[in-house]
Amino acid sequence: MPTLDQKTTRSEIKNFIIDSFMFGQQDQTFSDSDSFMEKGIVDSTGILELTSFIEDKYEFAIEDDEMTPENLDSIDNLVKFIAKKMV
Amino acid sequence: MPYSKNSLKIDAEKIANQLCEVILRQVGGTLKKTGAVIGISGGIDSSVCAALCVKALGPKKVLGVMMPEKESSGDSEKLARELGKKFGFETIKEDITKGLSGLGCYSERNEAIKQVFPEFDDSWKCKIIIPTNILEKKTYNVFSLCIENAAGEMKTKRMPLSAYLQIVAASNFKQRLRMTTLYYHAEKKNWAVIGTGNKDEHEQGFFVKYGDGGADLKPIGHLFKIQVFQLAEYLGVPKDIINRTPTTDTYSSEVTQEEFFFGLDFYRMDMLWHALEENIPAEETARVLDLSVEQVETGYANIKRKILATEYLRLEPLMADK
Repeated sequence: MPTLDQKTTRSEIKNFIIDSFMFGQQDQTFSDSDSFMEKGIVDSTGILELTSFIEDKYEFAIEDDEMTPENLDSIDNLVKFIAKKMV
Repeated sequence: MPYSKNSLKIDAEKIANQLCEVILRQVGGTLKKTGAVIGISGGIDSSVCAALCVKALGPKKVLGVMMPEKESSGDSEKLARELGKKFGFETIKEDITKGLSGLGCYSERNEAIKQVFPEFDDSWKCKIIIPTNILEKKTYNVFSLCIENAAGEMKTKRMPLSAYLQIVAASNFKQRLRMTTLYYHAEKKNWAVIGTGNKDEHEQGFFVKYGDGGADLKPIGHLFKIQVFQLAEYLGVPKDIINRTPTTDTYSSEVTQEEFFFGLDFYRMDMLWHALEENIPAEETARVLDLSVEQVETGYANIKRKILATEYLRLEPLMADK
């Protein structure tokens, strides 16, 4: 399992979001606490894409009951969730 | 009017008459068509639309098209014929199995299912479900694949993105071929195609873009499902149809609309949604529906997420000058 560095994790997720859902256009601003769904960045299919990325990249499985906005709906939430899963 | 258990009760006679006026005006006036073609599945929505069209245009100006395929429930055809007989309009049957096979609907879908369950073959049935009750947990509406064999053995797994997309894309051939078939019959007669979706389906995105979403008018697209039930009673839709559990008629294994998409029974879904639209405080909604405040808030959030996440489906093709 890869070692955890929260700063790197944050940047990896942000890059993935920008590349996958914003055609690489970094000028569209969103903060680390913004809700992906409310900001219209990610829809329900996007959530599946995001979970596949997280599972492959950080080598753990996301259980069905972990598929919540609390864990996945912003960069802040994802960083916390990943840190918890990798303890 | 204060929010109560009867908030979505309608004057069915008045609404039916208003809708008949609208159908007549839209079909004859706006669309300049001379009749209506409806896909009839033996379900309540298409039955109500057919009954309304007969009332508005007369039975000779309505054609019901049954479009079963090899995985459809046998009841659908029997009930659709019963409906045609009851309201006196012509029904025809178009079996779309060969067309679907030619398009690769079954083979492409099964190939994707095998990515998730390698043991899947023709002896298994399949369906897609949302496994959660939307009031109990703030989970995303993520679909799981469920397969079932003749012995009743069932396996369920969340799908990886590629399998999910391929299964949905292949399955959507069914709705799109049905739409194409309806337009063939409509154009042949210079008639209009009636869309049968209700408000729950339209606004929460439970339809296939340019499939069952493709139509010339949608007479019940603004009505909650529980209001459609009231109209059905008033119009005299056969009881077998009214009492039938709404299904998707898309997958080989029987799947209700509740387990496939809505995650909640229609009464609570519609009452929650109505409360959300009317800005009723969660405490008040909870009291009327015998739910906890937390359940209401979870339900509100889930409905909002579904509407937001399916916005793309309701968009017309985007023009460059807009």
